[in-house]
Amino acid sequence: MTNLNASDRGLPVGYMERTRLFYEAQGYDRAYRWARFDEVPFSRLSKPLAEVRLMLVTTASPLRADAGANAIVDAEADAASADLNDTLLEKKSLQFRDSSRVPEGLYTDDLSWDKEATHTRDLDSYFPLRALQERVREGQLGGLTASYACVPTEYSQRQTIDADAPATRDRALAEGADVALLVPL
Amino acid sequence: MCHQTVSLVARELEAHGIATVVLGSALDTVEYCGVPRFVFTDVPLGNPCGQPYDRAMQRANLGLALELLATATYPRTTLWSPYAFPGGDRWRANYARVDDSNRESLKAAGEARRARQHSGSK
Repeated sequence: MTNLNASDRGLPVGYMERTRLFYEAQGYDRAYRWARFDEVPFSRLSKPLAEVRLMLVTTASPLRADAGANAIVDAEADAASADLNDTLLEKKSLQFRDSSRVPEGLYTDDLSWDKEATHTRDLDSYFPLRALQERVREGQLGGLTASYACVPTEYSQRQTIDADAPATRDRALAEGADVALLVPL
Repeated sequence: MCHQTVSLVARELEAHGIATVVLGSALDTVEYCGVPRFVFTDVPLGNPCGQPYDRAMQRANLGLALELLATATYPRTTLWSPYAFPGGDRWRANYARVDDSNRESLKAAGEARRARQHSGSK
């Protein structure tokens, strides 16, 4: 673990501008309109962390239950296959999974992360379910909701705002969530 | 796009009384959208919790996120993780770069995709 002073490292990457230039180079001249809001809701936490129930939300996708332990390796080897989504992935939609079981892996190859600089073979580097379970055992966190959520990354903000976000909210409320940790790739 | 998606979900949860924190690596996307709490891990996209197999870094970043849940007093609170990605800063310039080495191939890829979409195939 390296701890650097701010003066020792570069500026954060401007992903919105980088994305615009990347798609412009592919001949797309209409820039994507990123979501922006003037107002931001806020709910102050009213009890200690040791008493709250947390829902974990990821943008990675569950693998099919029958895909087997080697599914991730196979997926990486076969990432160019157009049929990959049909063979390894659950249908690309909002999914909830049992948070008492850490999955062997999740599918991330369809998402836009930095595939040159790093990898996602270590589940704990992007999906902290195991670490959260440890916090619960240590008494630092009250508990986890019965499910974690796999929210599909959508180009369409309307799909997320009108469908996936409200469905996640309903599930979180039904499972007694006080707080949520959202971890995008 | 993942960061925008979870930002939209965080806003929905927060508006219904569920306190949220985003743990991610795209500072501009999350802050542009506007979320209640954000822990920024300044590492390549893909490892928002920290460097692969670096359990100490991952645990520390998770700790920052949980701490921010408990301590933030107003929306748009961003906390920068102090932990850096080892191996230098080259990844910053490389991600989705456009230069003379790939300009033609990107243009061709875009044209091919539009042709596929136009013909109705995948």
